[in-house]
Amino acid sequence: MDISTQQTDTDDTSPPTPPPPPSAEEKRAARGATRPGDRIFLGLSRGSGIFLLVIMAAIAVFLTYRAYLAISKDEANFLTAFEWNTSLLPPKFGIAVLAFGTVVSSIIAMVIAVPIAVAIALFITHYAPRRMSGPVSYVIDLLAAVPSIVYGLWGALVLVPHMDGLFGWLNDYLGWTGVFSWDQGAPRSMLTVGILLAVMILPVITNVSREVFRQVPQMHEEAALALGATRWEVIRMSVLPFGRSGVISASMLGLGRALGETMAVATVLSPDFDIHASLLNPGGGTFAQNIASKFNEATEFGRDALIASGLVLFVITLLVNGAARMIIARRKEYSGANA
Amino acid sequence: MAKRIDVSGLTAYYGSHKAIEDISMTVEPRSVTAFIGPSGCGKSTFLRTLNRMHEVTSGGRVEGKVLLDDEDLYGAGVDPVSVRREVGMVFQRPNPFPTMSIFDNVAAGLRLNGSYKKSELADVVEKSLKGANLWNEVKDRLNKPGSGLSGGQQQRLCIARAIAVEPKVLLMDEPCSALDPISTLAIEDLIGELKERFTIVIVTHNMQQAARVSDRTAFFNLAAVGQPGRLIELDDTERIFSNPSVQATEDYISGRFG
Repeated sequence: MDISTQQTDTDDTSPPTPPPPPSAEEKRAARGATRPGDRIFLGLSRGSGIFLLVIMAAIAVFLTYRAYLAISKDEANFLTAFEWNTSLLPPKFGIAVLAFGTVVSSIIAMVIAVPIAVAIALFITHYAPRRMSGPVSYVIDLLAAVPSIVYGLWGALVLVPHMDGLFGWLNDYLGWTGVFSWDQGAPRSMLTVGILLAVMILPVITNVSREVFRQVPQMHEEAALALGATRWEVIRMSVLPFGRSGVISASMLGLGRALGETMAVATVLSPDFDIHASLLNPGGGTFAQNIASKFNEATEFGRDALIASGLVLFVITLLVNGAARMIIARRKEYSGANA
Repeated sequence: MAKRIDVSGLTAYYGSHKAIEDISMTVEPRSVTAFIGPSGCGKSTFLRTLNRMHEVTSGGRVEGKVLLDDEDLYGAGVDPVSVRREVGMVFQRPNPFPTMSIFDNVAAGLRLNGSYKKSELADVVEKSLKGANLWNEVKDRLNKPGSGLSGGQQQRLCIARAIAVEPKVLLMDEPCSALDPISTLAIEDLIGELKERFTIVIVTHNMQQAARVSDRTAFFNLAAVGQPGRLIELDDTERIFSNPSVQATEDYISGRFG
């Protein structure tokens, strides 16, 4: 005690001396990256970031280059032609049917899966007793882990043979629209694919929505309760608005999987190269299914053409993601984030 | 409009834990009653039994009677949802609906109760915001989100939302504890005005606040940690703060509490 006070005293009385100019080592110390652990970690994380960018760029260059090779020799209109004949001389191929089929099957899947997934998530978080919500969540998690080829086999062996009743009913009551007319063919159609995709993307949408609904602050729910809201009104006033952007993100994750799904579609769909008004009759195709079923037997040039179609799928996925981000950003002011 | 609250033999549990035991009291209509007492003594729990919010917490359970005039809130066949439409509540942290505009926040309770014409809604919203002394500050931005207001304004918005449905009783759970002194003063002035129309019960940790705003004060305490909270005494605020009849009250008020 005494010594330290004495020291401070002498320090205070001594004349002020200018501090020595900082050495190179001290300068580095001021920047904070002198410890070996810090330096190694900085290098690792920076390296990983750069590596990722390099890979992305390499993929983009590869896809664009091979696609260019194919499209430059295409005698048909690449965007609008209804055929895929890469071994003709001159070759003729177009992605219109694939784009249509990919988008339509994914929309069907979303229309079916999103409402059911949101309902399951609400049930788990707000209705089910604790004893039940655990096992239900677990089963949903399991569904997410099933490989897509298993879904494909299930679709082809179980779903397809059981679609006749539904298709007949749709044809009887909604056949006049054209969209739901059915010629009694095998139900290896876009609607069946959409239903199968809905089952496949249900778990991921449910899981993400469930986490979002769980995070709704207690005080927002109590605000609605104290006003005399019923359980459903609490969900409508507090839970759904708070979870809105999360549900959109969840749906986009699901849509991403539906757009790119390959094996399940390839096992169930009976493809052709035409756009059919009816969702119930077989035919059509998707990007991923077309690539998977043609790639093995394709020539070098045929593979380039398939890569070109893959590039289009990539662009569609980018557009969908951008649109989702815009929807979320538009209502940021009203999101729960600043509460 | 305002109704009398008559509580008899009320005990509340969290699961098997007894939080408050055997509380009986009467709250007169058009008066402000303050609940004071150390943390964890069950003031807030008791407040939440008065609009059946306690049972929302998992394991929450209540025994005893709460009469609102002559109607038992815990009677058989009474819907807690309709109880909460009669007994409004303002919370510790301002909780306007973040996704709703200021207008929609105030109109939220009305929309729950039925359909209104646009002009009717606008009238009620204006009247409620004026009643909460907020109208002049927000009248030009009713369509902006309520979460963009300051903390004090948000709390007055919550009060406007609560009084828009014309409840019989207004419960306030430490409504100023998250606010600065000036916003606190605004809320306290507001409580003085609101008591002419509503029966008000307010939980507060601030004894000066209890002395300033309330007509009657109830002191809660618990015998020891883990024991249920009890009502020690309820009397005119003036008497509680000058000459309370129980020694424990005097100890707490004069700061001699543990």
